[in-house]
Formats: sequence, C-alpha cells, structure tokens
Amino acid sequence: MEYFLQQLINGLTLGSIYGLIAIGYTMVYGIIGMINFAHGDIFMVGSFIAMMMIVALGLTASAGLAFLLLALVLVLIVAMVFASVWGWTVERLAYRPLRGSFRLAPLITAIGMSIVLQNFVQVTQGARVKPLPPIVTGGFTLVTGVNGHNAVQISTMQIVIIVTTFLLMTGFSLLISKTRLGRSQRACEQDSKMAALLGVNVDRTISLTFVMGAALAAVAGLMFLLYYGVIDFYIGFLAGVKAFTAAVLGGIGSLPGAMLGGLLIGLIETFWSGYFSVEYKDVAAFSILVIVLIFMPSGLLGRPEVEKV
Amino acid sequence: MSDTSHYPVWERDPVLTVEHLTMRFGGLVAVNDLSFNVGRGEITALIGPNGAGKTTVFNCVTGFYKPTEGRIVMRHGKAGKADDIAALTRGGRQSATSADGALFLLERMTDFRISHHAKVARTFQNIRLFGGMTTLENLLVAQHNRLMVASGFTIGGIFNLPGYRRAREAAMEKAIGWLRQVNLLHRADDPAADLPYGDQRRLEIARAMCTDPHLLCLDEPAAGLNPRESAELNDLLHYIRRECGTSILLIEHDMGVVMEISDHIVVLDYGVKISDGTAFEVRNDPSVIAAYLGVEDTEVEQVEAVLEAEVQA
Repeated sequence: MEYFLQQLINGLTLGSIYGLIAIGYTMVYGIIGMINFAHGDIFMVGSFIAMMMIVALGLTASAGLAFLLLALVLVLIVAMVFASVWGWTVERLAYRPLRGSFRLAPLITAIGMSIVLQNFVQVTQGARVKPLPPIVTGGFTLVTGVNGHNAVQISTMQIVIIVTTFLLMTGFSLLISKTRLGRSQRACEQDSKMAALLGVNVDRTISLTFVMGAALAAVAGLMFLLYYGVIDFYIGFLAGVKAFTAAVLGGIGSLPGAMLGGLLIGLIETFWSGYFSVEYKDVAAFSILVIVLIFMPSGLLGRPEVEKV
Repeated sequence: MSDTSHYPVWERDPVLTVEHLTMRFGGLVAVNDLSFNVGRGEITALIGPNGAGKTTVFNCVTGFYKPTEGRIVMRHGKAGKADDIAALTRGGRQSATSADGALFLLERMTDFRISHHAKVARTFQNIRLFGGMTTLENLLVAQHNRLMVASGFTIGGIFNLPGYRRAREAAMEKAIGWLRQVNLLHRADDPAADLPYGDQRRLEIARAMCTDPHLLCLDEPAAGLNPRESAELNDLLHYIRRECGTSILLIEHDMGVVMEISDHIVVLDYGVKISDGTAFEVRNDPSVIAAYLGVEDTEVEQVEAVLEAEVQA
C-alpha cells in the first residue's frame, strides 16, 4: 500500500510535466488541425534557457527556500518569454507561409524546425548531458516506514511541480472558457473563415496559440530540469512523443483531455516501472495508447466526429 | 449642380458601389462587367436563376475572391466624391479616412479587415454558426474587436480595469438585446448546434449584426424556412433597417420575401445584369420574365404567381 502511494506521487509528478507539454500539442492541433512537431524541442529550449539562468544567477540549494522560489519564478518568466519567442518564430517561419498550401507541407517544415532547434542547441551548448545539482531539496515524510522500508515521501520539488501544474491548468481552462481571447480561439478552431468574417484576426490568434503552448512547454522544461537534474539537446524528442501520446490518448483538440492524458501516461509509466520492469515502461505507455485508440478512436475526452449526411 | 433629389436613393447616396466587376475562373466567366449600387439604409436584393453568379458577387464583396477586374467601393458617412475615389484607386491603398467619413476599396482587402475596418458582415447559404459554442458566446465572438481595443490588447483585460469591465458589460448587454430581438434569450446557454434550423438562421443574422456592420450581406436567408419563419425573418430585416440603419444586400429565391421587403432589386443572369430598379419595375421587365420563364422550369410557377398577384392588386 505504501509502495503504491509512493508510485502514485511519482506518477502524478511525471504526468504533470507531460500534461503541460501536451496542452501545446492539443491547442495547436485544435486550431490548425496539425501536429507541431517542433513543440518538444521548444520544451528542450525552455529547459536550456532555465538552466542558463540558474547558472547565471548562481542558485544553489544553500539559499533560503523563500529566496529560491522567488528566483525560480524569475527564471520561469525568462524561460517562458524566450520559449514564446521561439514558438512564435516556428509558427511564423514553418506554418504561416504554408497556410493554404497542401496539407502535409507544414508537417515537413515543422520537422525541419525541430531538427534545426536540436542542432542549434547541440552546436551552441555541446552534445554532452548537462547536470545540475539539486536546488530545491527537502521534503515531507507522509508515512514513516519500519527501518526505512515502506516509507512514503513527497519532496518539495514534487509539491512545487504538482501545485504549479494544477494552478496553471486551472488558469488556462478559465482563459479558454471565459475570456475574449479564449472565445476567439475556439471560434477559429471551429470555423476560421467565419471567425475572420466576424472581424477576428485569425493569424494573430494562431500566433498566440503557439506562444501560449510554448510558454507552458517552458514551464515543463524548468520542472523537468529541476526534477531530473540532467538535460541534453535530445530530451525534447522523447518528452515530445510522450506528450503527443498523452494528447492523443486524452482526445486531441481537447484541453481537459490533454491534462488527463498527461497524468495517465505519467501514472502508467511509473506504475509499470514500479511493479514490472523499467525497461518496458515506454512499451507499456504506447500499448495503452494503441488499446484505447482501438476502442475509442477519438480518445478519452475527444468529441467523436459525426458526419452529417 | 443639378438637382438629384428625384433620383432613387441608390444613386444619390450609395453605401456600396460595384463597378465593372468581372470574375473569371479559368475560361468560365462567372460575373461579367457587373455594376450596381446599394443605397444607404435600403434593402437591396440580388436575384437571378441558379448559377447566375450571385454568390460570386458576395464572395468578391466580402473578400473571399479577389475579382479579376473591377472596383468595389464601400462608403462610411458622407465620404465618396468621385475625385476622392479616383485618388484612392490611384494611390494603391486600401482605404482613406476624411472628415466626412471613410472610403474602402473592398477588392483590395482580405479576411478580418473587411469586417473590422470596412464594416461589412455576411451570412452564408449553409449556416456557419460556431456549433460547439453557446448561443450567447456566438454573439460575443462577433464583438471581439471592440473588446480587444477596450482591453488595451489584453493588458487591461488581465487586470480587469474599469474600462474593460464596462466594455464587457456593454458587449453582454448588446448580445442579450439581440437574443431578445430574435426570441432566443431562453436558449442563451445552449450550444448553437442544438437550435432548430429557423432559430439558427436568425441567430446568424443577429451575430452578423453584433459586428456593427454598415452593410449586411445575407446569402439566401429564407432558404429552408417555413412560411411562419419567413414572416419572422421579414420582421427582423425590417427591424434592422428601421432601428439600426444598416443597409442590407441579400440574395434570395423566395419571391414573396424579395418583393415584400426590397427597396431595390438587381437581376443577374449568366453573370450579366439584366435588370435594375424597384420591385415594380423589375417584375414588369420582359427580360426578367424571359430569364425566369425561359431558363428555369422550376421558377415558372413562381413568376406566374407574382404576375397574377400583380394583376389582381
């Protein structure tokens, strides 16, 4: 039981990170009906920017927690701003010039952007993995086990990740459902031509969607960096594929679906590694995806496409 | 200066002027050298047999197509002396604003600018509501630009400044006012896709009106409506002209609707204008009768009915 609780906490943490990235996939898919293959690499860039900021500020675990959190918020904002600029650039270079051309063209350019970003970081930062000593340390013991066995612990970092994700996702859902910007995004998603005829600037709305997705990916990038303490230029690929899987599992185009899918993929992976074998955790995650898609082709929370005759 | 007061409104004070509009698709000439005016504050109908090019004209006016040739001038206020239009055309810009009002060359404008700047709104033959959004939200999306300006491009919105709050309340009030006008207030929070067909048509017109258009283009608003719904539509269009002062350009096959509400009718056949005038003038025009009787068997009864009603009246 204690072991289960511990895995649950670990799984929720991992799932939060996947969920944050998955939102970017699902929003872009919702609005332009295409997968942004460079999104995983935006996440990677975000995490590199966060690392540079942390090194530049000289943050270590010895600083007080309050100061540390404040400094990390600053790091987060800078990473979000830079990642947003990258997200905007990707849309501007790889998507907008090809809008209206044949459907697969933007996919190719997006893969191109992904390769460019990876190689750019590889050349400028080096190909080796970058370690970062743990900054946010400490934690709480929820259940004290016998002689150190069966203890359930939650680290401060895990709390930070889960709370931040929860806050961001709540804020984001409100943004989409209640505000003018969210309304115009949903309008563009359903019928962009009609939205334009009602005076909505579709190009700007699409740009903002990329920017918002990129900002959330940067948050995930910082979390990933602080949680695992190791990043390299290639982390965007696997994390991107997992988050994409999460978005599809939850129902691509659906915001709550992306969050749910992220959490599920995180949990599946963690429980599989905890109870069976670490080697096959990716197999487990992708197998679940296949099974869900066979029985629910539009994902868990996706709207089934009904064609009117 | 000659006295023009006896001229019809569409010549004295046009809100929209289409000049020498030609649209070719490869070898097919959909619209050929078409010129007509839409009078300010009037209801103008564009009629003609199927395939006459009516929707193509709409698509040119609303920026969906770029015309092969021709000029489409939209006027706000008193602007629009011939010299000003000529200067604007030569200058290569999209619009000109003066103390009298503003001029727009619609053939140079695309997508959201048509609605945002030139204030032209349109509906489609097939309904294009945002089905997954609520009835109320559909009307709020149409007020997007005013809210965006009021929110200082999102910044005021984030901090919920008083100016933005006022604008938001005004937008809500306007949306509710229109819902009341089209009798849909009780369905404000239902998804638009769940409404019956006739209600969706009226909602679409209300949504277009929420963009504060100077010109409202309606593509077959009465298509598929039963007689009672058609009558409601007539009332709505009369209300719009009376209370909002919006000029209306509509395509319609339902001659009952056309003859009853139109101040001005333009008849197209094979992309060419064959008649232009008041309802009375047009339905007595032999070329119009020929076009309907000679081309479309299905229209025979309609024209005969119209003529018969005319004789009895």
